[in-house]
Amino acid sequence: MANSDHIVLLDFSGSPFVMRVRLALAAKGIEYQIKEEDLTQSKSSLLLKVNPVHKKIPVLIHNGKPVCESLIIVEYIDEVWKDRCPLLPADPYQRAKAKFWADFIDKMVHPSSYKVWAANGEVQEAGKKEFIDRIKMLEGELKSNPYFGGETLGFLDIAFLPLYYWFHTLETFGKFSIEAECPKLVAWGKRCMEEEFVCASLPHPHKVYDLVVEYKKKMGI
Amino acid sequence: MTEEVKLFGTWASIFSRRIEVALKLKGVQFEYIEENLSNKSPALLKYNPVHKKIPVLVHNGKPVAESLVILEYIDETWKHNPILPTDPYEKAMARFWAKYIDDKLWPAVTKVLVSKGEEQKGVIEEIQEQLKTLESELKEKKFFGGESLGFVDIAANIIVFLLVAQEALGMEILTEEKFPVLHGWYQRLVDDAVFKECMPPREQHLSSVKVWFGSSTPSK
Repeated sequence: MANSDHIVLLDFSGSPFVMRVRLALAAKGIEYQIKEEDLTQSKSSLLLKVNPVHKKIPVLIHNGKPVCESLIIVEYIDEVWKDRCPLLPADPYQRAKAKFWADFIDKMVHPSSYKVWAANGEVQEAGKKEFIDRIKMLEGELKSNPYFGGETLGFLDIAFLPLYYWFHTLETFGKFSIEAECPKLVAWGKRCMEEEFVCASLPHPHKVYDLVVEYKKKMGI
Repeated sequence: MTEEVKLFGTWASIFSRRIEVALKLKGVQFEYIEENLSNKSPALLKYNPVHKKIPVLVHNGKPVAESLVILEYIDETWKHNPILPTDPYEKAMARFWAKYIDDKLWPAVTKVLVSKGEEQKGVIEEIQEQLKTLESELKEKKFFGGESLGFVDIAANIIVFLLVAQEALGMEILTEEKFPVLHGWYQRLVDDAVFKECMPPREQHLSSVKVWFGSSTPSK
């Protein structure tokens, strides 16, 4: 299967959701082609064709068949390329815990982070507090392990790592220190950044900040 | 090894009813605990400290929360009568549609119950667009899961609540005329021996929805 696979990723630089997919593909050593979408312009006909329901990125197109929604794509990648670097554990209970916390990140952490970088005043202040409270809960899940996946990077690490890459952006816009509140989480993020496949697939946190500044300007946020 | 399976839920919650369907489809014996959401039990707060919500499945003392996560856990633990496809692509599609139902349809349905006037009309149109989208996914199939009901059918039990709500409050959202495909699917769903056993008692559900959401105050 490996040599005849054709994989395209519809991408938008800086998107924490696309970053998850890049990490999963890189973890498994899968080659793919990137098609950059510019979310500040109108959506491409390809995007509208492969994700007609949500019209959003990321979309992974595997041998012509599109898969949408970042965590669903990561699970798909894990199941198709199951012979290498498993991202989810084999035990159903451990899998359920990883999925529960990934769902928590999407439902609770991402909306708070939006308030930090995209809002001002009271909304932003409330967002900052909410964001810290919520990532502290996630920090508790690390326990004494180097990664959420245990001894190696796994599904939950991949689900959260893009937000770590956004910490510098959030701290700059929010004028606060995340490390002061969540030192263990920041240590985890630095540890992940030491992995070659991680820094090879993601834009540096300072670059993420530049991309977000540009995005905000173009979208009038 | 004796298995201990407990389900914390409420009689009217379509989310805890999803778990009942899955457990019964797989013939898993479980103890059901009815929660009072205005006075949550210490057990619920212990098993779901993050969200403090039902449903929670507790299997041999280990809790699993969030209904779609629980459904997948059940499918992986009790492998007979699978509710998810084995093919990774088909599985991804099933997860996509279940997420669509929870992320789009459910918020719209809860919004339509508390909105009025022009706003409510707008939400009704939004729900009908979503139902059309679901119909186009169902196409000629007996169930979203194919020949037998599966993950997406169980997730789509929100439609049970929608139909009760529209009757209770005198709205017309999902009708046989507008949605013949979905209507046909729904008849098959509620005819299924396991599914119908897990539906909230209809009259009780209708009168509760009227009490919770019915209002005679006109829109502002």
